[in-house]
Amino acid sequence: HHDLAQVDIYEKLPVPFGLVRFGVAPDHPEVKNVINTFTHTARSDRCAYYGNVTVGRDVTVGELQQAYHAVVLSYGAEGSRVLGIPGENLSGVYSARAFVGWYNGLPENQDLKPDLSCETALILGHGNVALDIARILLSPLDFLRKTDITDCSLAALACSKVKRVWLAGRRGPLQVAFTIKELREMINLPGTQPVLNPADFTGLENAVKDAPRPRKRLTELMIKTALEKPRERAAMVQAAVPRQWGLKFQRSPQEVLPTADGTRVRGVRLALTRLEGSGDSAKAVPTGEVEELECGLVLSSIGYQSLPLDPAVPFDTQHGVIPNSSGRVKGAPGLYCSGWVKRGPVGVIVSTMNDSFDTAQSVLEDLQGGVLDVSVPRGGFGAVGSILRSRGVRPVSFSDWERIDAAEVARGKAAGKPREKIVDLQEMLQLLDH
Amino acid sequence: MHRRRWAPLIFAKISYSSADPVTVHFINRDGERLTTTAKEGESFLQVVVNQNLAIDGFGACEGTLACSTCHLIFEKDAFQKLDAISDEEMDMLDLAYGLTETSRLGCQVHIKKLMNGVTVQVPVEVSDVRRQLEVGKQSKQ
Repeated sequence: HHDLAQVDIYEKLPVPFGLVRFGVAPDHPEVKNVINTFTHTARSDRCAYYGNVTVGRDVTVGELQQAYHAVVLSYGAEGSRVLGIPGENLSGVYSARAFVGWYNGLPENQDLKPDLSCETALILGHGNVALDIARILLSPLDFLRKTDITDCSLAALACSKVKRVWLAGRRGPLQVAFTIKELREMINLPGTQPVLNPADFTGLENAVKDAPRPRKRLTELMIKTALEKPRERAAMVQAAVPRQWGLKFQRSPQEVLPTADGTRVRGVRLALTRLEGSGDSAKAVPTGEVEELECGLVLSSIGYQSLPLDPAVPFDTQHGVIPNSSGRVKGAPGLYCSGWVKRGPVGVIVSTMNDSFDTAQSVLEDLQGGVLDVSVPRGGFGAVGSILRSRGVRPVSFSDWERIDAAEVARGKAAGKPREKIVDLQEMLQLLDH
Repeated sequence: MHRRRWAPLIFAKISYSSADPVTVHFINRDGERLTTTAKEGESFLQVVVNQNLAIDGFGACEGTLACSTCHLIFEKDAFQKLDAISDEEMDMLDLAYGLTETSRLGCQVHIKKLMNGVTVQVPVEVSDVRRQLEVGKQSKQ
């Protein structure tokens, strides 16, 4: 849409692609096809990628604004929402983000060493990430062996004793945030049995009669699953008891309960809630009743959170976003934002993609309308490169990434995997220096 | 009798061997009409890719039913003649913006001769509605 624009991309990690590489589940390779579109764009003459550069530390936003006519912040949401309950920091409690990062090879989560020696796991949250984690915990190992899941996590899952996974949410079936494809996948997961309480679905068939098709179909699938008899098993031997997963509704975590020695989780006290209002805006209100759920592994999957990057960039801490209007950062001409840091950490690839088009449109309008003054050329990487050199930072180019990519693919080949991800930052950089 | 038995065979031979191109019109998000030719059997996604049509972000997952970016809106009578939609397609279509009663995913709908001259609309996304209003204002100045 603009013949002369030169776009430079700065990324903290040496490797590109963000959540497509580190968030999408290993057994969802088709979702990662979008990497081909990204690669095509990155290989354009007018696009340059600079990995291993931490904006806010290696170079400031102010310095970037000096070097570029427009700067777009699309750094997403690297934090997790905190439960804010006692016992949250006990051993055996992990954020979903860290757990997903662990099995997806995100360098900062490689030392997680989650304890999978208990039988029952509790996931707090009813979104697609919660379902992803349940599926990875309960998938037959053969399914995972041929994916790009890290070798280390595959080994840990091979020794896992987890055979029951509960997904608990504060609200009801009509408020679940996961989507139908992922739910269907879970229901059909071999070697597992869904456990849904029919009582949770009383009257819901009627309630969704006139709902928009997506909500209606999703609810109908849950109702159907809840009412189905457990599948007959030809040879139900003690040793072959299937793994189970289930949905618990209107349960809000109150406290993570410790073992006798006070070090690890032994269970969670859940407050029972009732709903005020309906649909997406329904609120969960405690009833005063509680129940205890025994478990040895707790995963908090209640949402991500963006963090402020640089004191020079306005940040709305209440909403966890950069204040903006159509991607134009408020009070900061020349500064834009897109994606989760602009609208909050919700949405699948199509929503975030459309959002980025929206921000790009704002930049184009400002270029065409003279709001951005391009009459004076700016230094671009010519200027930033010298700053990085003086600070001892070694940027990783896109062709450098392609060498890392080739190495990962080669390593994966022997094991029949699409790639074996390199999970150590130093190892990535050392590979490039040879 | 003899003629009747032969006629369908000859007809079939003609239609398979001539492979007449099918004309398809895509109305892009900005209202621009993109007219192109397509081959029978190609999916609408393949048409966009093969003809290099300028539709931003179309077909991100490359036709594997893992996204909804190839969402297209058909006209009512054309929609009714399409092959039935599968559960898998509906699952992904349900996530698309601006879902209509004549929506389908372009990667799952294949070109047929009877579609010659068909017009499909690339859905306007939520953020685009506001843009359209602004563009309208500017062009009046």
